Amino acid sequence: MTVTSDNGVNVQALLDAREALKGAPEAAQFTWRATSQWQNGVHTQIKVQPFFGLGEEQSHKAEHVFDADHPAVFAAEDNGITPIEYLLVGLSSCLSAGVASVAQNRGIQLRSVEATVEGNHDIRGILGADSDVRNGFNDVKVSFKIDADASPQEIEALVAQSQKRSAVFDALTNPTDVTVEVV
Amino acid sequence: MSDHAAVVIGAGHAGLAASHFLGKSSIDHVVLERGTVANSWRRERWDSLRLLTPNWLSRLPGHLYAGADPDGYMTAGEVADHIDGFAAASAAPVRTGVTVTSVRRTDDGYDVVTDEGVLRARTVVLATGACNRPSVPAFAAGVPGSLLQLTPFDYRSPDALPGGRVLVVGASATGVQIAAEIRRSGRPVTLSVGEHTRLPRTYRDRDVLWWMEASGLWDQRYDEVEDLERARRLPSPQLVGTPERATLDLNALSDLGVDLVGRWSAVRDGTALFSGGLRNVFALADLKQQRLLDGFDAWADDGARERPEPTRAPATSRLQLDLKYGEVDAIVWATGYRPDYGWLDVPVVDEKGRLRHDGGVVDSPGLYALGLPVLRRRKSTFIHGIEDDAREVVEHLVDHLRTPTSGR
Ligand SMILES: Cc1cc2nc3c(=O)[nH]c(=O)nc-3n(C[C@H](O)[C@H](O)[C@H](O)COP(=O)(O)OP(=O)(O)OC[C@H]3O[C@@H](n4cnc5c(N)ncnc54)[C@H](O)[C@@H]3O)c2cc1C
Repeated sequence: MTVTSDNGVNVQALLDAREALKGAPEAAQFTWRATSQWQNGVHTQIKVQPFFGLGEEQSHKAEHVFDADHPAVFAAEDNGITPIEYLLVGLSSCLSAGVASVAQNRGIQLRSVEATVEGNHDIRGILGADSDVRNGFNDVKVSFKIDADASPQEIEALVAQSQKRSAVFDALTNPTDVTVEVV
Repeated sequence: MSDHAAVVIGAGHAGLAASHFLGKSSIDHVVLERGTVANSWRRERWDSLRLLTPNWLSRLPGHLYAGADPDGYMTAGEVADHIDGFAAASAAPVRTGVTVTSVRRTDDGYDVVTDEGVLRARTVVLATGACNRPSVPAFAAGVPGSLLQLTPFDYRSPDALPGGRVLVVGASATGVQIAAEIRRSGRPVTLSVGEHTRLPRTYRDRDVLWWMEASGLWDQRYDEVEDLERARRLPSPQLVGTPERATLDLNALSDLGVDLVGRWSAVRDGTALFSGGLRNVFALADLKQQRLLDGFDAWADDGARERPEPTRAPATSRLQLDLKYGEVDAIVWATGYRPDYGWLDVPVVDEKGRLRHDGGVVDSPGLYALGLPVLRRRKSTFIHGIEDDAREVVEHLVDHLRTPTSGR
């Protein structure tokens, strides 16, 4: 097969890694980290740089700093997006990265990939106003607009496959064991 | 000296097909069977089971279906009779009631240890089946003890179930068939759906399996399949064999009033938690079905086409079910089957419990396998798929017997 498309994804490196890690499950164990510092009110600053993987400590090439706060309607300073919006950031970026990778692997040239993500949230849960309402999203909807050299069916298949292989889609749709401790 | 040039373990259709070709090549052999011929069709199937493959397709080497209803589907009892007939027609040297407890390598072959003594063989064919045990996910351990839990090996009919809601886990052939039957008995049913293979029973007025065969898809060889590992893990299709030739996909189950929920992913504090990714497993299965039908149309090349409606997503699907307080009375685990090689003392089984083989030629000289998923072709585990595989595997075995004892 001649691959003429270029979405900027090094698919060969990913395929090589998949083969290499089949025989080395230890190297496949990654730990992602974030450290946060409460600022004031409901404003927290989060920094992300080091992580662990391929058997050793690794690092992003720079430290990334994020601010989380709440908007004025929550009587807050709005120094950053709300924590639950970060989930939307994670979901749309993960699915988009998946679309690009799968497209590259299938030789499909992308011209634009736009996603709109909406999480419906009944805030009576977090406010404790109604104990039958959950704290998290009631549901989440992602709408993709994709311009590519592909049929509508191929585009649907890209989006389906990207969900199938998405870390954040899995983390949001399936339960995860979470431990929170005081040290 | 060996007792036999070949020992075949298992007298299902696969072992008997091996025997058929060994006999044709005048290879001295015996078929060992722990139960009776066609044991799994007699002991490991639920009461209402019929083949999902039509009668005309259920041919075995030299032994065709000769009944009056070529388009019908055999009951488990009829399959057992059909296989009995095949054993008789090929005069297979079967010893029933002999359980193999160990197979060990020797200098010039294998010791086959049974509950009736040891047999020495130059070659061994493993035809013990791909579905010896139901596989049940590890989180089943967290299910409260008050619930009745069944696997397809224990389940016989809805009669043995309590009257309340039944949670059927898995939407492949076994799961959709059992869910439909329990729902029709009047019980509320929830079906937990992971990745699945959707197929219409008929496509353009013919059995969909006619298309699979006629288009040559089923003959695709294991060394031509793009992602063999994935092909070998493919779940069985959502098909049932009924006189009405009705489709039994998730839309049909929704119409029956079965509640669909996502893949069961964990049990927490006695509550079953289901994935919120149900729509995507629908999309994946719909797209896969479309590609398959596109392939049939391209092969037929007559411009005709038919498209089943997409799988309808329920407006809301439950993400959890409380298993503690009577919301559910029973669980049926239709989560697949796996082979059992506990008795195989040759290091040819990988860490996931799968046999290491290349088209049935196992990674140990003189050892062969039949009846595993996509062993040599896509049709390998189906009754009609055994003929080509058994012929080729036995050819290899015969070559092996002809080479000097020490070499391969
Ligand atoms: C629920 C279900 C429905 C199916 N429906 C269809 C269908 O509609 N159409 C179709 O074509 N295929 C179908 N299949 C697939 C396939 O045809 C069957 O699995 C079939 O039984 C496989 O035949 P086999 O000879 O490979 O294995 P089996 O029929 O399982 O035969 C293996 C034999 O080995 C014996 N054995 C195992 N271990 C030992 C031992 N240690 N010592 C001695 N003997 C041993 C067993 O007792 C058994 O008799 C279905 C499978 C299942 C599970």
